[in-house]
This record gives sequence, structure tokens and C-alpha cells, in this order.
Amino acid sequence: MIDLSVLSATEIRDGIAGKRFSAREVADAAFARVEALEPSIHAFNQLTPELAEAAADRVDAMVAAGDELPPLAGVPAAIKDNMNLVGTRTTCSSKILASYESVYDCTAVRRLLDAGALPVGKCNLDEFAFGSSTENSAFGVTHNPWDTDRVPGGSSGGSAAAVAAGMATVSLGSDTGGSIRQPGALTGTVAMKPTYGRVSRYGCVAFASSLDQIGPFAHNVRDAALVLNAIAGKDEMDATSVTETVPDFTATLNDGVKGLRVGIVRDMLELEGLDPGIKASVEAAAARYAALGAEVGDVDIPAARHGLSAYYIIGPAEASSNLARFDGIRYGYRVDDATDVLDLYMRSRAEGFGPESIRRIMLGTYALSAGYYDAYYGQAQKARTLIIEDFAKAFESYDVLLTPTSPEVAFKIGEKSTDPLAMYLSDVFTIPLNLAGLPGVSMPCGLSEGLPIGLQVIGRHFDEATMLRAAAALEADLALDMTPSMARGGLDG
Amino acid sequence: MAISESDVRHVALLARLALTDGQVSSLQTELNSILGHIDELQGLDLADVQPTAHALEVTNSMRPDVVKPCLSRELALRNAPEAEGGAFVIPAMAGAGEDV
Repeated sequence: MIDLSVLSATEIRDGIAGKRFSAREVADAAFARVEALEPSIHAFNQLTPELAEAAADRVDAMVAAGDELPPLAGVPAAIKDNMNLVGTRTTCSSKILASYESVYDCTAVRRLLDAGALPVGKCNLDEFAFGSSTENSAFGVTHNPWDTDRVPGGSSGGSAAAVAAGMATVSLGSDTGGSIRQPGALTGTVAMKPTYGRVSRYGCVAFASSLDQIGPFAHNVRDAALVLNAIAGKDEMDATSVTETVPDFTATLNDGVKGLRVGIVRDMLELEGLDPGIKASVEAAAARYAALGAEVGDVDIPAARHGLSAYYIIGPAEASSNLARFDGIRYGYRVDDATDVLDLYMRSRAEGFGPESIRRIMLGTYALSAGYYDAYYGQAQKARTLIIEDFAKAFESYDVLLTPTSPEVAFKIGEKSTDPLAMYLSDVFTIPLNLAGLPGVSMPCGLSEGLPIGLQVIGRHFDEATMLRAAAALEADLALDMTPSMARGGLDG
Repeated sequence: MAISESDVRHVALLARLALTDGQVSSLQTELNSILGHIDELQGLDLADVQPTAHALEVTNSMRPDVVKPCLSRELALRNAPEAEGGAFVIPAMAGAGEDV
């Protein structure tokens, strides 16, 4: 019996290479877990057993031929349903794309599968990634494996829940304001947004092009680093992907934190509304860093307090432009009784988009409209500069920075769904990184009333290696068991 | 800067969204509430600050100007609600009923 709740990506690959089990058996174990757990989680919009089995057969053929296996050979992987993969629909959890068939592959997905991963399915999200709870999905809410009455966070809630429940060993999400890291925190997974430009965005349906970045969910830091190894690097299909050298992100994970300068972002810890249990847990993590030999101190990022405001101009402004493509003509939902082209656009879009998408499109269109551009968009872009400068200053004195990932643990389904502003506050600690283009990883650092707490470790631009080394050191020191009780054991696999 | 009902209707037209009266009314409330928070930015003195459109310093990304294979017409039309003769079909743009 293969117990996917305990095996790391490397253990799966090595187990297949060592002929202790086959990739096909791993695929079967993954889908047995899906069968047992998915009805109470709803992490997936679409399952892809045929694709997974074909990928597993390719891995098993390599084993039979005596070939060296790629780093993620046979590793079950889930993909957020805003990334294209031929042979699947890419719905963005929207009615407007409900039947959209992928006609090409997203680069990050292609690279993950080229590294040998087995695609389990496409994961639920807040429609077009607009949200922090996965409740804004046209196809139903995703439940948190730690407590199915609670949200998994969002927008990549399906990708987070799939990994937390062990239905996938790793997954891909996208992060525009916290959409990887916040659900990572709420589900007790390791969840990383790389530096802007580190990973190609080609084939990921655009939300806010200057903020979006694809990244991994995993059970541990090493698996997240392995996924980043696979997906990072220049792609000529995305002009904003960078030529920066891609190191082996696993190479320095065990180097420890002796002498590393770790800054606690003090003014963020003083934020009103921060759960005291989370604050205490982040302070305790900082104390562990000191005990491990790091030089720990306090730093402020005062401009970050404007992050939420700047984000709710820049994000919707870019989204309103990007979502203009959904016009009922080239793809997507279309009313069938339009009298002319304007009527076709206006009713197809109004009927196809859900409430939060309409809200963001309206907000963004307003912010960009004549007479308001300078007051809103221009001012937000300037505030963005201040945030970048404050982080740059902090990184003169520190190598990594610490904040909570989310101001609270997983909340109840329905608790915030009627109050957009309360929902937006979920991302107060994660948004500043998107605005500054910085990498951040959320890792579990404890529990509050039985629910996971996320610590956000922030690195310099393109220094994910140091950020991941710091995360790995704390992970080894804390040695937490972050398997929710429903996901324990081998199940039927 | 409070948003009026006619502002909402104007923006909805710009955004090509046929909203119901109920949606116009609730969006007016919600947008005013959200902008009420965002308005804190108006109080900042940012006259000497340069705006940021891209968080990282990047230079032009160039590649050789050569023709390469791309999405076929068949695939490009795969998801079209209506296609005919290798083209997307749309309702009449103007002059419906005339010979065009």
C-alpha cells in the first residue's frame, strides 16, 4: 500500500526508480484518495485520470528501459483551473469559460509534466482568481480538509486543499495578491510565490499582468523547491519572464541560518485585527530563528499600510483590461438572441461573469476612466513605488523578513462572503509582495484552536534560495505534523 | 468622490456589462464603500514620487523577427460560439437588413 499522505516527492520518485512501486500504482493511490476525500472537499473542477495514467505509463517505461528518471517522476500534481493543458477544460471557475477547451499548454504546467509529474486534475478557484476563500466559484465552494465547515482560502483554494488532503503531492497555483500564500496558510501547506518574472505566465489566464505569478504548493519546503526548479526560467512566450540564472533551489536547503539576518516586520505584527494566536506563533518562530543562530531584529515597512488601497486600484484596473477579451465572440459564453454586437457583448458578459468579477471590472474601469485616472491609478502606482523603496531599505539590513501570512486562520464558509471589504483584508500581509515583485513563502508554524497558522518568509528579488533555506531550517526545527486528521493513513490506496 | 447612479451606468457601458437596476444599486453602494477605504491614498503627498508600472528593472525583451509555427486556424476557432468558413460569426455591426 502506498500512503501518499506521508511520501514526499523525492520519496515517490526514488521509490519508482528503485522499483519498490510503479508510477501506475502511485496514480492509482492518488485517485483512490480522490475517490475517498473529494466528495467532502471539492478541490477539483475536473479530474484527469487518463492523462495521469498515460504520464505514469511513460515513467514506468523509462524505469523498464533503465533510463534516469526526471526529478518529479510519478509525483501526483494538481493544477489550478486557470492554467491551460491540452486535453482539459480551462474554466477559471467561471460560467463564461465553463466549456472552454485548452488549445495549448501553459508553460509552467508543461514544464511540471516534463519533469515527470502526473496530472491529477484541474483545481477549483475563486472565479478568475478574484477572492480569498474559493467561495466565488461558479462550480461550488471548496472545503478545508482541516474542517470542512471552513474555507481553504483562495483564490487557489482547490490547489491548496488537494495537497492538504494528500490527493496530490504538489500543485500549482497563481498569486496576484496572496492567492497562493493565503490558502497555503489556511491549509497548513508550504506555498510559494516566486519573484515576479521567475516563472513564465504564458498560458495562465491573466488577472493583473504586473502582479500575477505562478508557484507551487507542497507538503514540505524541499518539494516546493523541486517544483520551482522545474517551472522556473526564461520562456520566450512571456516577455516578462527573466533570463536570471536558475539555481538548484534544493542545493542550499540544509545550510542552516547561522548568521542569517532575519527581520520581523514589526509594524505589520501590530496590525489591528491580527489574531493574537497568530501573532504569538510568529514571535515564537522568530525566537526559534535566534536559537538556531540567526541574527533576529525588528524592521518596519511603513508604506505597506497603503498596499491594500494601491492593490484594489491596480489589480482591478489591470483585470478590467484583461477581461475585456471575454466578449462572446472568440470563445466563452454567448447569449443566443443578440440583436447587434453591442447587445451581444453587454449581455454575454453580464450573464457570464459572477458578482465579484463584475465588481472588480467595474472598480477597475472606473479607476481608469476619464477624469479619475490620475487620482486613482496614478496615485496607486506612486504608492507602489514607496512600498518597493521601503522593502529595499529593509533588505539593506536583513536577508529575509517575517510576517504572518494571513491575519486569521481558516474562517467559516459564508462568514465573509457578503462583505467584500472584510474578504479583501485577508490579503493585507501578502499584497505588498506582489506590488514589490518580491518572493514569499508561507509555511506552517503552528496551530490556533486546531487550525493551521502560516508564517510568511520574504526574500530579496531572485533570492528564493535564501528564503527557502530559512524556511527549511525552521521547518526542520519545528517538525510539525501538518496532516489533517481526515487525510491520515493509506485509505484504500 | 462619491459615485452616483449615473456614474455606475456610465462605467457599466464602458465595461460592456448590461446590469440590472438591482445590480446598479448594489454596485453603487459597494463601490462607494471600497473607494471610501482607497481614498486614504488621496491624502498622501506623492508629487515627487515616480509611478511604478513594473516592480523590477527590466530592459526590452527582444527576439529574432522570424516566422514560426503558431496556433492553427482550426484550433483558434475551436472555442468559438459560432464560426463559419474559417471565421468568427458575429451579428450585424450596423445597417442590419441592408445589403453589405
